[in-house]
Amino acid sequence: MNPRINDFIVRFANVNGTGSASANYLFAKTVFRMGVPVTPKNIFPSNIQGLPTWYEVRVSERGYLGRREGIDLMVSVNPQSMAKDVLNVKAGGYFIYDSTKKLNPDYLREDIHYLGIPMMEMANGAFEDPRKRQLLKNIIYVGALARLLAMDEAVVRTLIEEQFHGKKSLVEANYKALDLGMDYVEKHYSYPLDFRLEKRDLLKGKILVDGNTACGLGAVYGGATVMAWYPITPSTSVAEAFEGFCKQYRKGEGGENNYAIVQAEDELAAMGMVIGANWNGARGFTATSGPGVSLMSEFLGLAYFAEVPAVLIDVQRAGPSTGMPTRTQQSDLLAAAFASHGDTKHVLLFPATPKECFEMTAESFDLAEQLQTPVILLTDLDLGMNDHVSDPFYWDVKRKYKRGKVLTAEELEGIGKFGRYLDSDGDGIPYRTYPGTHPTKGSFFTRGTSKDEYAAYTEDGAAYKRNMDRLTRKWDTAKGMVPAAEVNLSSQSGAVGMLYFGTSTFSSEEAKDLLEGDGVAVDSIRIKAFPFGKEVVDFVESHEKLFVIEQNRDAQMRKMLIMELDCPPKKLVPVLNYDGMPITADSIRQQIIQSLDPKKTSNHELSKTAV
Amino acid sequence: MSYLKPLFSHPKLPKNKLGYTLKEYEGSLSTLCAGCGHDSISAAIARACFELSIEPHLVAKISGIGCSSKTPTYFLGNSHGFNSVHGRMPSVATGANMANRDLVYFGVSGDGDSASIGMGQFVHVIRRNLNMVYVVMNNGCYGLTKGQDSATADQGSKNKSGSINPFQAIDLASMAIELGASFVAQSFSGDKQQLIPLLKAAIKHPGFAFLNVISPCVTFNNNPGSTKSYDYVREHIEATSARDLVPGKEEINVSYDAGKSTHVELHDGSEIQLNKLALDWDPEDRNSAVNALQKARAKEEILTGLLYVNTDWKDLHRTLNTTKTPLNQLKENTLCPGVKTLGQINEGFR
Repeated sequence: MNPRINDFIVRFANVNGTGSASANYLFAKTVFRMGVPVTPKNIFPSNIQGLPTWYEVRVSERGYLGRREGIDLMVSVNPQSMAKDVLNVKAGGYFIYDSTKKLNPDYLREDIHYLGIPMMEMANGAFEDPRKRQLLKNIIYVGALARLLAMDEAVVRTLIEEQFHGKKSLVEANYKALDLGMDYVEKHYSYPLDFRLEKRDLLKGKILVDGNTACGLGAVYGGATVMAWYPITPSTSVAEAFEGFCKQYRKGEGGENNYAIVQAEDELAAMGMVIGANWNGARGFTATSGPGVSLMSEFLGLAYFAEVPAVLIDVQRAGPSTGMPTRTQQSDLLAAAFASHGDTKHVLLFPATPKECFEMTAESFDLAEQLQTPVILLTDLDLGMNDHVSDPFYWDVKRKYKRGKVLTAEELEGIGKFGRYLDSDGDGIPYRTYPGTHPTKGSFFTRGTSKDEYAAYTEDGAAYKRNMDRLTRKWDTAKGMVPAAEVNLSSQSGAVGMLYFGTSTFSSEEAKDLLEGDGVAVDSIRIKAFPFGKEVVDFVESHEKLFVIEQNRDAQMRKMLIMELDCPPKKLVPVLNYDGMPITADSIRQQIIQSLDPKKTSNHELSKTAV
Repeated sequence: MSYLKPLFSHPKLPKNKLGYTLKEYEGSLSTLCAGCGHDSISAAIARACFELSIEPHLVAKISGIGCSSKTPTYFLGNSHGFNSVHGRMPSVATGANMANRDLVYFGVSGDGDSASIGMGQFVHVIRRNLNMVYVVMNNGCYGLTKGQDSATADQGSKNKSGSINPFQAIDLASMAIELGASFVAQSFSGDKQQLIPLLKAAIKHPGFAFLNVISPCVTFNNNPGSTKSYDYVREHIEATSARDLVPGKEEINVSYDAGKSTHVELHDGSEIQLNKLALDWDPEDRNSAVNALQKARAKEEILTGLLYVNTDWKDLHRTLNTTKTPLNQLKENTLCPGVKTLGQINEGFR
């Protein structure tokens, strides 16, 4: 039988807080450097030390970056989760375990292979320092994998050197551990396995990075100067990334900071600070997750109604309430789109890759200032905290910040009476001034109460309605300004389409290929923003049946389409996943096939993966 | 509804250094009840800014929700104002201040806005020593919702409907000192002579300046039995000192009482001149300030004046080491690291 090249899944089962992350990353990064598409996913508990944690790496020559079910190789170094880990291996797959202790006979299955490696025993023999033993035990299994999966040894060594740049003793200790793993495999097993790696050149120019880092960098490039935030998983690393990049790229000549980061007392205060900063002419933003969005809702309504720009990055996790803080979901759509009471709606952006996290974060500042309203970037834990193969970050040399309609002192001199909420241009977007612009002109009172065109408080129903109608005009203007959806027509017939956004993209695109193999041609549209542009309206109108793929229970995107586009609900079929794990292509395909032809049951040869 | 005052002004009104009359520091006509203490405080703020010759448009007025939070419309009409959400003025002020360190920030709040719904933000803005003037117009009741007791209502105080407040009062001034506010003063809306110099000193203070101003609610809390009524406050008031602010060594007003005097010098060279009435109280000693407040409370007295000041603590900008240029004035060439750097960053992720 021919070996399977660059198409398999490895899962590492570790104990949280034992330094396994860097060893596992070393494995994934090696695959990346070998030019082979790779998707690592961290499956971790809401815990600092002691609980089970997994790291799953999908290797896909064809470039499928979504999650797939069915584990070909399990590296099990956590006795706590071993019973479950054994069951999760695909029939015919491999189970690597630490054979320092004899394997519990209950864990023996007849349909998988066992590869025992005495990792702890070898680490204890080779290293003195108990802490090092623990860390280097992890490198021993990377060594074993290097042989079993035919990893490029030189790449692994280079990566180790890069990681410990110059620290010779650390590099040597890691090399030693690596050798122990490789030697053991060489002596005891036949290698490589029937699935393995082979060097390719499929990732030219690509980068491997997580979405939160990209968002933090995007905020630096987008000109954010004020960040206020409150720690919450999985958004915390956005703030950390922003701070890290600011320390590198935002220092003045005397070491002073060209930015201000405030760790707020809660999410309410964080959003208040963002609004205060933007009101005063600085680009301010915050990052949070579902519970934070709930807390920020009142302020979001104020920013909408008082027309103050604000940027919010919502790294979604599984809700409701505290939900599953370390699992992914796309379930804040409705909460974000309609955050706050009264007739309120917000602009949303849906990045699908780190490149888009970077670009859309930067763009969100332009949009927020041009539209004078909050812009919410909806990413999620999967995109935010996992590394993704991505096109490189891009910035146009000629790009200038779009600061929107802001009047200068000179411009104020040239106009008659300044009306903060006058719709002079007919696009619903009024002109604003920053505090301190002019000694006698342009000052106004910003308020969450109703006001007339000159910002004076009023309870006159007609004036209130005029203002609300202008906000609707502004909303319509936004439709033409937000990033347009990506449309892909393949069927020509216009009968069946699929609609997806954010991290559902990878698996949806893979599912599309699978369906094509089944003889089902499907058009597709990837939504990038809310409100929906004309291309979305056209796509929905021109298809008889539309599969709306998303990762929440209540089909929230579907609901938004129904509400905003006024289309017949029956033609929008929900395709859902909400177990907290990223959606898979196989699941999408199954759901679509079932809906198109309920009698036909597709073969599902992969064993279910339970976490 | 708000409406504008007549534009006419008397040609012989006194002018300040900038050539402005007091009129340039006024706002729209107040819509609060006739006789409301808050209007006196608004007038005192206008007067303090006039006397210090502050450019009105270089002031930002930020408030929460409530009667007190409406007042920024009624003073400094040429300043930008922001009537935000209930109890959250401190966070909006923090963000605004981070964006532009060069403006004077007035935060106006009430006892409901600060001592109840906004307690968390009140505490944390103090902790960060944000450079701002934080005025609480304290009347012990919720005026806009018709007179419910607030958290600063004294235990045993009787409200207009006749019910006795059973709960302990939150003492915002003691709390502010305890939390590390770098300037804490207490005053009475009816005492303009004391309030204006205190406001001037608060504006000049290079950090968080808290003023708790007892401001009786004429409509809902001015009845016999209330400890926040005009009569009660007048009978129970006790000053720590008579004081004045002497900006840049130049005296504006003579202090109104004699006694042993002390000076507190601020970083810009101005001085607060204090004529001490109580010998055992030292405005630069937190313990002494807290003791004086506790003793006064035991005697059912309301201690007013400057209670505590510390000019050495760093304000938030100094703590964060932000650039002297206001952040809202930085341009792309400073903010955006550029294409070449992005190329290097990309390389780092390969």
